[in-house]
Amino acid sequence: MIALLVRDLRLGMRAGGGFGLGLAFFLIVAVLVPLGVGPEGQTLAKIAPGILWVAALLACLLSLDRIFALDFEDGSLDLLATAPMPLEGVVTMKALAHWITTGLALTLASPVLALLMNLPGAGYGWLVASLAVGTPALSVIGTFGAALTVGLKRGGLLLSLLVLPLYVPTLIFGAEVVRRGAEGQAVLTPLLLLGGITAGAAALLPFASAAALRINLR
Amino acid sequence: MSIWKYANPKLFMQTTDRVLPFLIPLTVVLMVVGLVWGFFFTPDDYRQGATVKIIFLHVPSAMLGINAWLMMLVASLIWLIRRHHVSALAARAAAPIGATMTMIALVTGAIWGEPMWGTWWAWDPRLTSFLILFLFYLGYMALWAAIEDPDTAADLTSVLCLVGSVFAILSRYAVNFWNQGLHQGPSLTIAQQQHVADAYWYPLMISIAGFILFFVMMVLLRTRTEIRSRRLQALLARERMA
Repeated sequence: MIALLVRDLRLGMRAGGGFGLGLAFFLIVAVLVPLGVGPEGQTLAKIAPGILWVAALLACLLSLDRIFALDFEDGSLDLLATAPMPLEGVVTMKALAHWITTGLALTLASPVLALLMNLPGAGYGWLVASLAVGTPALSVIGTFGAALTVGLKRGGLLLSLLVLPLYVPTLIFGAEVVRRGAEGQAVLTPLLLLGGITAGAAALLPFASAAALRINLR
Repeated sequence: MSIWKYANPKLFMQTTDRVLPFLIPLTVVLMVVGLVWGFFFTPDDYRQGATVKIIFLHVPSAMLGINAWLMMLVASLIWLIRRHHVSALAARAAAPIGATMTMIALVTGAIWGEPMWGTWWAWDPRLTSFLILFLFYLGYMALWAAIEDPDTAADLTSVLCLVGSVFAILSRYAVNFWNQGLHQGPSLTIAQQQHVADAYWYPLMISIAGFILFFVMMVLLRTRTEIRSRRLQALLARERMA
């Protein structure tokens, strides 16, 4: 399992893996929004939590179809499926690799972008915390979507249609944590609910993803 | 005598052949009576005026928008567990109807909301969760349309339907949380029904019954179409083989 994780990480980091792409996209969105909305600090500070979370979510979405597509094309997914390791484990490792290359990177980069968005000072810690807690759920849910659409020729657009509605609870609680944090209110409840979604998704969705993969590899 | 024998497509076709000639007129009568009575023979509400009458469309379609997904969930489970093709086809047949009902509920709600709340749309929990439900329907139908092999499509959409149900419920409560205290939605249908006057109650019940029968009828009709198109494909495939 560790070997698979290391392999996926290495593939993701190298050229063509799209590692920097998600980050660059995150940056671009954070630059475009002030250009579109106008540079007033008040307005930006108000919408910053939501925009940062939406941007992170879209950046996550960009690299989803790569989770299985390349392995499916060159046949290594078939080998993984017939390997002694349970397919659920493979799926979990794939999701973890995706999270490290996108979710974790976004989390670490987010304070810089929050600066661009004029997020109030109290919000920085909560932004990082909420992204750290919430982005694993995005990767796990996205892996499920990628498993559903892996055999399709043009799955990318369909993938976003399938996955984005599933992201709604994560987005709501994640942005709520940052908003409350920035306004200096109590953040524990949304943060715990966010953690609950992540834990629940990580515990249950790999089974659904593995089931979808088995159907697709039949 | 067991319900599973209707999983046989032939028996399903024979039974629905006999049921539909009664079901269709009954549906039409109930819907016409319910809606005409509701629209033209109920008094105007003293505060809402004639706009109150939109509930005869709004409430039944909203109920079906949710319950169609439940029906798809049950049908998907039956398909995954017992592999009855009719069940998978019924789930597929129900999705566009559910999506349409959700759309009708949203649109009629907006039409009612404009004079009553002064806005077409508010990010009220109930409204938002319905919009999300509509997106779930779209994704489900798109996945059906995208996969060529019918059995694979049935399997994958069933898995999506199961996962989607969990997330639809989750979104419902998440949205509730998100907007708590910001915008208290005016008391919607559930509260109204409890003290709605008899003059509205009877036509509303009739039109709800009409809509439910309409849903059943449409699902049966569309399932029959699906079975026929499946048979046609089988015949074409056999011809190519020969």
